[in-house]
Amino acid sequence: MPHDHSDHPHALLPPDPALRVKALETILTEKGLIDPAALEEIIDTYQNRIGPQNGARVVARAWSDPDFKEALLADADPVLADLGYYGRQGEHMVVVENTPQQHNMVVCTLCSCYPWPLLGIPPGWYKSDAYRARAVREPRKVLAEFGVTLPEGSAVRVWDSTAEVRYLVLPVRPEGTEGMSEDDLAALVTRDSMIGTGLAKVPA
Amino acid sequence: MSLCPEVSVPEPVFAEPWHAQVFALTVHLNEAGRFSWGEWVERFSATLKRHGLSRELDGGEDYFRAWLETLEVFLAEQGAASPAEAEVMRSRWEEAYLSTPHGAPVHLRG
Repeated sequence: MPHDHSDHPHALLPPDPALRVKALETILTEKGLIDPAALEEIIDTYQNRIGPQNGARVVARAWSDPDFKEALLADADPVLADLGYYGRQGEHMVVVENTPQQHNMVVCTLCSCYPWPLLGIPPGWYKSDAYRARAVREPRKVLAEFGVTLPEGSAVRVWDSTAEVRYLVLPVRPEGTEGMSEDDLAALVTRDSMIGTGLAKVPA
Repeated sequence: MSLCPEVSVPEPVFAEPWHAQVFALTVHLNEAGRFSWGEWVERFSATLKRHGLSRELDGGEDYFRAWLETLEVFLAEQGAASPAEAEVMRSRWEEAYLSTPHGAPVHLRG
């Protein structure tokens, strides 16, 4: 029988954890402990409005404006607050600068602490046991797997995030970008370059 | 014309809708003052550590399963949602899905 949905006589049953989340939501809503509209707002924010484009703007500004960069490296919080990049999981930010002598890389060995206001929600690999364990133990090997080869003699420093301190890597400004606008520069700044598992893109 | 190697499909922020929902629920409860983020991290990292003893976690589905388990236990301890309440409500949702015609909006009964 065509098109009678005989294979789905009822609504598709969501997976067990999805039902458990719905159960918690319903219970807490009925008790007046949560506001369902606020949940929608949070999901919309992280799905659509906050992401690595925020961090990229900060990096592009730091590449373009030496005073901004100096202030950012000295004490990131007020500088980021001025730009509106603060709040949830960005309460105390430290920006670490890559140089030809030192490459910085960020991990959270504990769980998945991450600068949400600047980078959004972390990618799966950032939350994996493999990355969390190996970033500290063998950072160069991990970098090589991300396709990053560092110049001879360059040191790698790994920063372990916590609930209190989150890090953003300021990548090295690529060659051949002299005179580029902040918007064009921001387009070269990848999410991974701000975690330290990548480098900024070289202009095509 | 060759394909541009720069073009790639962006990864979704959340792989499954329930990942987004359990995330938002936790952030909202934190902001509503039910617990501090430090308390959350302490409990969540303990769950991850426990789960990671028996197998390597890939940071995807298993990560959010650990997240959900942590939240369920936390809410039970706080008296906000006991395991018994949660199980009753889960069954009611399951029943609602199974008894709603395909394509119709799913609502809890009674």
